[in-house]
Amino acid sequence: MSDWPLLSLVTFLPLVGATFIFFIRGEEEVVAQNSRAVALWTALVTFLLSLLIWAQFDPADPGFQLVEKSPWLSGLGINYYMGVDGISLWFILLSTLLTLICIVGSWHSVTSRVKEYMIAFLVMCTMLVGVFSALDLVLFYVFFEGILIPMYLIIGIWGGPRRIYAAFKFFLYTLVGSVLFLVALIVMYLETGTTEIPELMRANFDPGLQLWLWLAMFASFAVKMPMWPFHTWLPDAHVEAPTAGSVILAGVLLKIGGYGFLRFSLPMLPEASLFFAPLIYALSVVAIVYTSLVALAQSDMKKLIAYSSVAHMGIVTIGIFTPNALGLTGGLLQMISHGFVSAALFLVVGVVYDRIHSREIAAYGGLAERMPVYAAVFMLFMLASAGLPGTSGFVGEILVIVGVFMENSWVALLAATGMILGAAYMLWLYRRVVFGALVKETLRGIRDLRANEIAAFAPLVLLVLFMGLYPQFFITPIAASVASLSERLMEVQVQLASR
Amino acid sequence: MLYAVVLFAPLLGAAIAGLFGRLIGDRGAQLVTCALMGVSALAATIGLSALGDPPTTVRLFTWAVVDGFVAEWAIRVDGLSIVMMFVVSVVSFLIHVYSIGYMAHDPGIPRFFSYLSFFTFAMLALVTSDNLIQLYFGWEGVGVASYLLIGYWYTRPQACAAAIKAFLVNRVGDFGLALGIAATYFVFDSVQFDVIFANAARLAETDIVVFGARFDTLTIIAVLLFIGAIGKSAQLPLHTWLPDAMEGPTPVSALIHAATMVTAGVFLVARFSPLFEYAPDALALVAFLGATTALFAASVGLVQNDIKRVIAYSTCSQLGYMFAAAGVGAYAAAIFHLFTHAFFKALMFLGAGSVIHALKDEQDLRRMGGIWRKLPLTYGAMWVGSLALVGFPGTAGFFSKDAIIEAAWVSEAAFARYAFLMLLLAAVLTAFYTGRLMFLAFHGRPRDPELAAHAHESPPVMTVPLGLLAIGAVLSGWLGYVMLDPSGGFWGGAIFTQADNRVLEEIETVPALIKWSPTLALALGLGLAWLFYVGAPALPDLLAQRLRPLYAFLLNKWYFDELYDALFVRPALRLADRFWRGVDLGVIDRFGPDGVALATIEAAKRAVRLQTGYLYHYAFAMLIGIVALLSWYLLLVRG
Repeated sequence: MSDWPLLSLVTFLPLVGATFIFFIRGEEEVVAQNSRAVALWTALVTFLLSLLIWAQFDPADPGFQLVEKSPWLSGLGINYYMGVDGISLWFILLSTLLTLICIVGSWHSVTSRVKEYMIAFLVMCTMLVGVFSALDLVLFYVFFEGILIPMYLIIGIWGGPRRIYAAFKFFLYTLVGSVLFLVALIVMYLETGTTEIPELMRANFDPGLQLWLWLAMFASFAVKMPMWPFHTWLPDAHVEAPTAGSVILAGVLLKIGGYGFLRFSLPMLPEASLFFAPLIYALSVVAIVYTSLVALAQSDMKKLIAYSSVAHMGIVTIGIFTPNALGLTGGLLQMISHGFVSAALFLVVGVVYDRIHSREIAAYGGLAERMPVYAAVFMLFMLASAGLPGTSGFVGEILVIVGVFMENSWVALLAATGMILGAAYMLWLYRRVVFGALVKETLRGIRDLRANEIAAFAPLVLLVLFMGLYPQFFITPIAASVASLSERLMEVQVQLASR
Repeated sequence: MLYAVVLFAPLLGAAIAGLFGRLIGDRGAQLVTCALMGVSALAATIGLSALGDPPTTVRLFTWAVVDGFVAEWAIRVDGLSIVMMFVVSVVSFLIHVYSIGYMAHDPGIPRFFSYLSFFTFAMLALVTSDNLIQLYFGWEGVGVASYLLIGYWYTRPQACAAAIKAFLVNRVGDFGLALGIAATYFVFDSVQFDVIFANAARLAETDIVVFGARFDTLTIIAVLLFIGAIGKSAQLPLHTWLPDAMEGPTPVSALIHAATMVTAGVFLVARFSPLFEYAPDALALVAFLGATTALFAASVGLVQNDIKRVIAYSTCSQLGYMFAAAGVGAYAAAIFHLFTHAFFKALMFLGAGSVIHALKDEQDLRRMGGIWRKLPLTYGAMWVGSLALVGFPGTAGFFSKDAIIEAAWVSEAAFARYAFLMLLLAAVLTAFYTGRLMFLAFHGRPRDPELAAHAHESPPVMTVPLGLLAIGAVLSGWLGYVMLDPSGGFWGGAIFTQADNRVLEEIETVPALIKWSPTLALALGLGLAWLFYVGAPALPDLLAQRLRPLYAFLLNKWYFDELYDALFVRPALRLADRFWRGVDLGVIDRFGPDGVALATIEAAKRAVRLQTGYLYHYAFAMLIGIVALLSWYLLLVRG
């Protein structure tokens, strides 16, 4: 079993499935049915295989595991190099799980171009798993940029009326970042002569050069997170994207920025990371307070949740740039939790959007009467988003606050204001959509969750509660990798302080 | 094992009623939750036998371990948690039973009972925690249960507004508590009580730099934790949610907003007595805010017309007494009052609920009256509760409240004398508003004959819990008096006092005048109430007219809601709009992507003119480009 190239299997199986779907021919209805079936089975098997990665993962080993390496662009000395460590493990599982949930969740709601839709999601899954397991710069960059193609298509074909503007805005933001990131990668290659990430982590770049490299990478990751003030593409992208597109975008794509910081910036450029930590803190704190307030002013459900994502990512970036283990662990857990919770919240919006075709909060009210199961599910994720203890949303938040308090108590204080504001906009959203009397004519016949919707929510409900009650399950595999990264950063911090 | 039953039986009930409510029906949900609550209460009663034993902890499983941050699910069994488990589970059981009658015609019975049981579980998890993280879980768990129950009738706008307000105001407090947890870990490198308490003395009179200033280590931690207590226990200035919380069903008001949840703040201070004892400045704050709230809330209670709001302000005021007691170093007296208050205040609320039930959901005191003959059991029970509340000799309140007033007198702590005066004055007001409530609700001629004519006594499922609570409202004082034992033996070390804290000893020897002053205060207050509402009923209106501004000031609750609305709510919403429309759309987008896009279009228009279509133009441009690049490389990069 261990001889299998498990990582490659998980990475490329969805692509194989997509190829099968590509060759499905026949009546439109039959093609749609078959595409759905193939996509579902592919995603399910991929997810189960990704569980094997977790099963084979040795939590005690801080380094890369399940490593695969074979010559690829041999003329340039570039290898096909894959592996997983504690930092990437959960992101791989998150990607395969959310792909599966997206396919189940859009079973009935997507009816046009089903074949292409399923292909796009499976290709996306390949790119996502690839980005989190690539250990070579070139390979990483291929996946990193490749993700954008299916995402553009998903927004551009199945999106809303202003999809072109949204895709365009996203493109503009990303373009600058991607180019600078590429320059940074090339410079790193020229400096060290290698494109292997584990090698580069030991490279010890000159501190002066680190600052420039760090800024170039920051331009890319800050847009992806997104951090304030590079966030304005996100609300538009979410609003125009179809439900499942938002789920993947919020659930996994936003984590690539954080993953980039953890995989590149911190280990390769530790001096620069510590040097720029105050900048990150400042932007994050602004993100938390500012975007929470902006979320309060929204009248569109998807925009509100999009802005809440920016605020939650503020907690993540604070955690990532807190060199102690609490902060790093908290940042990672907050990303995983946000992957569950924001994905679920976009599904929650999608459920009523499919029925009423409006994202306006004002179009709803009193849903609890007709949709009790929906109300309960929404309640759980609403509270998880507000960071209620016992749900996954609390774990990362408290670890980050405790962790950063040791570095800078003001940052902890300002970050903690997010607890109040986050509860405010979520409770108010819930009150306007679900509570109140059901008086609108359009809502009288609205039906509660369908079977496929319950199937899509069920794993997320269980995970949000499980992670809230027993977060140690999620901490165990990441602890060793986090500890080694934290030790490295603390050493550098001590060195910098003594200078 | 026994205590695990206390803790998890309500959770099981909540899960069954919540998940399978439709399957087992209303009756099934009532039976399951009440039976499991009964089991829990029984186990907690048996558990009282462990009082006086040294603390033990049952560890269940690990929540999270990161570095020294070790948080575990555990059940800590010591004097404090045993008393709290007993109060919470017994009162909760009685209220579960009462709710069968009170909520009989409600369409959402399984949901109601599920919430009620879930609340009880969260409260028990709070009091049995052995670390700050589990405490915080229970703390916010009871908060969310309270939110759900206040908003239980979710179609009513006021209920929804009150629910959100309760959650958010509590979150402000929790914000302090979360920072308190962070500061605790920063200083103690642990969130476990044992470690914190063992090292507290060592850290006395040291200081740390946080928030850019130098603070006494234990004081800053204690103050941050206390901010959480202020929110949960509705003390000034975070009290505004509690009166609004009366929008929930009355059993909820009794259980959560009187007997148990709101006392969590008092519990927190008592639990952290090993820390507060070394933080005199923090204690001074506790005493000051507690005493001030006691008087403030009593003053507002004088003029409220909603029967539940009068009791709500009374709760706020009595919690102030408890904090004042803790603040002057008499933690045991605080918990003793918490213990007795749970019974008589739950009784008052359930009695009020019985009245409301009898009068077709009428809550306005001005439409009640003249019904005491029709509700004899409720009437009798309410008087027992009222007398206990005002501290009538022989009732529970007489023991516990007087102990607090005496403690304030003998203590030498900061603000002790202030607390004594405030509390004594508040005792007069307490007796007055309690008398007013009783006289208006039951006596005189019916102010609404229609309602009064149809008034009827509640069914036994409601009156039996009333009777049992009435017994508790008397007996709890006699039984609980051992808590004040100056040796502290009762607590088995769960409450810590420094050697020079002799408050409990000294209250035995206060002068007779001080000893009887609360009783005099009660006689004065009750007498005035009798004069105003029975003797000369025209007097209140006359006084209200003569003292118009004062009356309006009290009736509008000192204008706190208006103040907060103007200071926080509206500015936040204005700022939200300004950030979004002004900054996001007006600055970032305008000069960011949209600006770049516009500039690109402009540039493209100009670039079009360059495309002449002649090959030699292009070739020439390329040549220039190559030359330029080459020269740049040779001159600057190589050189």
